[in-house]
Amino acid sequence: MTENRKLIKIATAGSVDDGKSTLIGRLLYDTGSLTTDKLEAIERNSKQKGYDYLDFSLATDGLVAEREQGITIDVAHIYFNTDKTNFIVADTPGHVEYTRNMVTGASTSQVAIILIDARKGVIEQTYRHFFISNLLRLSHVVVAVNKMDLVDYDEEVYLKIRSDFEALVEKSDFSADQITFIPISALKGENVSQKSEMMSWYVGNTLLDHLEVLEPSDLQESSTARFPVQFVIRPKTEAYHDFRGFAGKVYGGNLKKGDLITVLPSFTESKIKSIHFFENEIEEAIAGSAVTITLENEVNVSRGDMIVRSSELPKSEKSIIATICQVNNKPLRVGDKYTLQHGVNSVLAKVDQIQAKIHTDFSGEEAVDQLRLNDIGKVTFKLSKPIHFDPYLQNKSTGSFILIDEGSFDTVSVGFID
Amino acid sequence: MRDDNFREMDLNKPKRNIKLAIMSNQYIPNPKEAESIHILREVAAQFEKPVLLFSGGKDSITLVRLAQKAFYPARIPFPLLHIDTGHNFPETIAFRDQLVEELGLELIVRNVQDSIDQGKVTEERGRYASRNTLQTTTLLDAIEEFKFDACIGGARRDEEKARAKERVFSVRDDFGQWDEKNQRPELFDMLNGRIHQGQNVRVFPISNWTELDVWEYIKNEQIKIPSIYFAHKREVFFRDGMVWTANQHVYRDHSEEVVERMVRFRTVGDMTCTAAVLSEADTLEAVVEEIRQSTISERGARIDDKRSEAAMEKRKKVGYF
Ligand SMILES: Nc1nc2c(ncn2[C@@H]2O[C@H](COP(=O)(O)OP(=O)(O)O)[C@@H](O)[C@H]2O)c(=O)[nH]1
Repeated sequence: MTENRKLIKIATAGSVDDGKSTLIGRLLYDTGSLTTDKLEAIERNSKQKGYDYLDFSLATDGLVAEREQGITIDVAHIYFNTDKTNFIVADTPGHVEYTRNMVTGASTSQVAIILIDARKGVIEQTYRHFFISNLLRLSHVVVAVNKMDLVDYDEEVYLKIRSDFEALVEKSDFSADQITFIPISALKGENVSQKSEMMSWYVGNTLLDHLEVLEPSDLQESSTARFPVQFVIRPKTEAYHDFRGFAGKVYGGNLKKGDLITVLPSFTESKIKSIHFFENEIEEAIAGSAVTITLENEVNVSRGDMIVRSSELPKSEKSIIATICQVNNKPLRVGDKYTLQHGVNSVLAKVDQIQAKIHTDFSGEEAVDQLRLNDIGKVTFKLSKPIHFDPYLQNKSTGSFILIDEGSFDTVSVGFID
Repeated sequence: MRDDNFREMDLNKPKRNIKLAIMSNQYIPNPKEAESIHILREVAAQFEKPVLLFSGGKDSITLVRLAQKAFYPARIPFPLLHIDTGHNFPETIAFRDQLVEELGLELIVRNVQDSIDQGKVTEERGRYASRNTLQTTTLLDAIEEFKFDACIGGARRDEEKARAKERVFSVRDDFGQWDEKNQRPELFDMLNGRIHQGQNVRVFPISNWTELDVWEYIKNEQIKIPSIYFAHKREVFFRDGMVWTANQHVYRDHSEEVVERMVRFRTVGDMTCTAAVLSEADTLEAVVEEIRQSTISERGARIDDKRSEAAMEKRKKVGYF
């Protein structure tokens, strides 16, 4: 049935002109997701520009300001589906503000498609794209070696790029089976959804087939359930006079009726009395469900608290070490104070120490006194109150946070806790 | 209440037996629905005076269902605001009033006609005249009047290119303006709704849904929608290859002949800018099937977007949803 289509979230990465827009346009076209009016616009525009082929990049290039500058300046979201799978693509542009945009796009994605221009091979930008995929611990990376038509579909070219990239994989935390290489021509549609006859030497899946069979995980292997409370539901109606439900989303693992739980930060223990989803009561809430739970005894719980199984307490610390990516023009300096938003909870945080800026090309780190927009660094923070977290490697949700500037209220950094 | 996510559940069982019916079944979350519920709860928690912008269309009706789910068994903790252009299909208004009544919701209506009468905006004239752009003024006035700090809307990123970069929490200044170069990045599912005095936030809980997602959801949940979404006989005329309702609100040349046809609507905005499609689909199943097969985008049936490719983007900059 269509209603239970699998959802796969993809971030695309490539330098300017590697063919990212063309590839996405091609995927839309091949899955029948381009409507007649859009297709006509593409035909019209392609003709206007004097092309003898369809310029699918026109399917996605967004805002007027960008079209004037001929670049994409922000993360755009694109949707398509096949019979079995819904796809969301976070398309991140490949220019100066790249790191910020790719980190943002990758934070909501499970898979990265990294494009490489077959004529150029692995370049410095490729290192950065892969570094970010690694930092965010995406579950799979697809390396699409594009523009194979311009290198005569030569297997040697592909193999050279592949082995160059494999050297990078060695330096990362990925295992080889998380990385897949596919030679394509986005423009000609070779190996995108149709197997290329020009590259019969390639035995793997087409890009679309590969994306469809992926079973991405969101680092939930540890199966420790985390339930940050978003909202306390008190209907105060006759039928539900004493109902006190805690609404939130379940992360990391499942919660069951009857589970012995601890409420943080009070460390009060209780038991799950019931789990509700709308008008239904359910036995078990699996990770990813947005439910409402009630507890056996009258426990004081408010927004920002976290309910966990008593046997699986997270870490509770007043000082933390995290990898930070700076996503705002305002630099991060030692002594700066921010609001640290950890899921739905907020505390005050002070930058205690900037240990290092980390080079995004796997070449190591350097000492700095501030982190600027697009910089990635190791930072220690002192917090006004303890937060209850898991290392990012164990749980993406409880292991990440954002920093909010107290003056502008802008989101200035994103952090991944050690 | 029907919910196809509950496998093998006996739908006809009275409610008090539901517990028993579910014991052996597991609820499989729909990720897009869960995301929307999460967003709606964040709105209720982070803002003092949120409001749900209700157009009577399928997207805002879907939002109402999601809000019910987010806060059940409590009532939806914010009112609905309808900016009435005065050119709505009567079926939409009747539907709106019935929904509000059934769910015990609070509804606020503000009229574009009042903004015109007060001389704040001037009615457009001519062939493509529409009140769509005039809504902005009425909306901004309502935001000011009630001091709303978050307006929840049913816009989706798949609607068109300018929306593809829209945030879930989109901060607007005093004039409702949107600055695409100065948006907060949204990381993971953390939503930063902190704003200054005078600012407000447009919230788009179904950002990540496609038109087909919405229709399939309406079908699975058996959500009631206005009758004009289903094929019905109507007096129409043809212009620019599109089908228009023939009545006193819609400008028509003498040369444009009125005929009766079976049609349905894909969006239910203002009559002046909402074209119909020829269709025989008179059930939800048939409509969903038609949408699935369809090769014309929803906005292709909106005259105001045809006026200029950058129309939406411009409207957003001046405070339209
Ligand atoms: N020959 C060839 N050209 C391509 C291919 N993919 C993209 N291009 C061209 O490369 C240029 C840049 O592509 P575009 O998709 O705009 O790149 P982006 O900047 O990564 O989005 C355009 O002129 C495309 O037509 C390909 O597979 N083969």
